[in-house]
Amino acid sequence: MKTAMDIVRLARHSKRPTSRDFIEFLVHDFVELHGDRRFADDPAIIGGIGFFESIPVTILGHQKGRSVQDNIRRHFGMAHPEGYRKALRLMRQAERFGRPVITLIDTPGAYPGVGAEERGQAEAIATNLYEMSGLRVPIVALVTGEGGSGGALGIGVADRIYMLANAIYSVISPEGCASILWKDSGKAPAAAEALRLRAVDLLKLGVIDGIVAEPGEGAHERPGETMVQARKTIAAALKELLVVDAETLMQRRYAKFRAMGVYAHGDGFDGLF
Amino acid sequence: MLNRLFVQCPQCQTTHFISFFKGAHYVCSRCGHHSRLDPPHWIRQLCDRGTFRPLFANLKSLDPLEFPQYRQKLEAATQAASGWEAVVTGSAEIGGMALALAIMDPGFIMASMGSVVGEKIARLLEHGADRRLPVVMVISSGGARMQEGILSLMQMAKTAAAVRRLHERRQPLITILTDPTTGGVTASFAMLGDVSIGETGALIGFAGPRVIQQTIGQKLPPGFQTADFLLEKGMLDIVVPRKHLKSTLVRVLKIHRTRPFPQRMPAKEKPLS
Ligand SMILES: [Zn+2]
Repeated sequence: MKTAMDIVRLARHSKRPTSRDFIEFLVHDFVELHGDRRFADDPAIIGGIGFFESIPVTILGHQKGRSVQDNIRRHFGMAHPEGYRKALRLMRQAERFGRPVITLIDTPGAYPGVGAEERGQAEAIATNLYEMSGLRVPIVALVTGEGGSGGALGIGVADRIYMLANAIYSVISPEGCASILWKDSGKAPAAAEALRLRAVDLLKLGVIDGIVAEPGEGAHERPGETMVQARKTIAAALKELLVVDAETLMQRRYAKFRAMGVYAHGDGFDGLF
Repeated sequence: MLNRLFVQCPQCQTTHFISFFKGAHYVCSRCGHHSRLDPPHWIRQLCDRGTFRPLFANLKSLDPLEFPQYRQKLEAATQAASGWEAVVTGSAEIGGMALALAIMDPGFIMASMGSVVGEKIARLLEHGADRRLPVVMVISSGGARMQEGILSLMQMAKTAAAVRRLHERRQPLITILTDPTTGGVTASFAMLGDVSIGETGALIGFAGPRVIQQTIGQKLPPGFQTADFLLEKGMLDIVVPRKHLKSTLVRVLKIHRTRPFPQRMPAKEKPLS
């Protein structure tokens, strides 16, 4: 029986297939597109156009490095505002030409730095949430590794959200949570349990639509078989979504996120003001 | 701190008579430090006397993850805050103009956004859309409510989508960013205002200064992430000291209330589902 922390380690495994591996497998005739047309090209998010089976799609995702050097260049998959703005540019372009969008989520979080703040990290993510909630083409999101907080959600507002079996999706890293709550990042395993960040937890909480199986020890060991499973899941989702008219799609997407959250109706208060 | 005869400025330690301090809108006359206000004080600052009516006040947080210590934390916070959650929502009038109003309370678990905050914000935006009311938000937040895990993250998508609803009915969102506004709240509705007002001296950002400092391993530039810093970087429309906040709001509301050429309003309104 794997602990939550075991899953966290698998989700971060250095041999896990990256977005580029998924794109190479899922899409043919891929043309990578670069830049946000505002500031720069952020290598922490890659994207472009190609065919998924016979459907023209826009596909994009966080990109971790495949070596130490590559990881430094890509900020370990932590995007800057220009990364989120590149993603938005590609999604708007997809909308213009009626292409569905596939997003691949694998990031520890949005990059926390001086330049990122100066260029509006919060504004870039907020704008993506806003624009994705109204994008008039189908969006399918797949969390392939780490779904780290707002940096993950920034490309994650979708009609269907799936996770690989050993992926995680969380509001905060277990280390960050442990150090805030217990002033001890060594208690990350307890935080990982408490945060309910595994795919099975998210399915139970009604946040995701399905889990993509990882055969054997996981995607790092059998990437090909994992990606076959991912392709099947995405193909089935697109088949359902492509026949829905844009207005209905918008309403359903709104209702999907509108329903997320758990609360009670109490007595309230009055007369205080 | 506001109940005694004297009060000490937390920034420069000057002692003020509480009555003078009140008259100065809880702003230090020596160093200009703006003290944090709770919702009743904000209502007195901004609303026409006796016009505030609470809405959705009966929503109560639950503990869907059974997160360690969360129940106790909620109970303590609820007692201290006399029954409201981290945001108070309602209808009110400012300068004789009707509007929907949200005020976040950093005294309630740092005004972190859990399911209740997300739900109240979304409902208020929908209320503004349904009744054709502008929405004003006095924002502060430490970020996501990590004790609600992924459900708290999803409130970002929910609230951002609800801002779109308000815009579909051509009503403005006016945001007032106060100290501190960080994390998931900044990266969702706080950065989606049609007019974004920063309160003088407020800390506003996505990542917290401590996290950034740890990441980059060097000292942060002076004034980093203050309202004036954001203004300079193009992330806010105006920075206003508290004493001019109401008159600024009245002006902005008045301009939005007046439709220049009603017959030329571009797009048809979309029906709400
Ligand atoms: Zn002072």
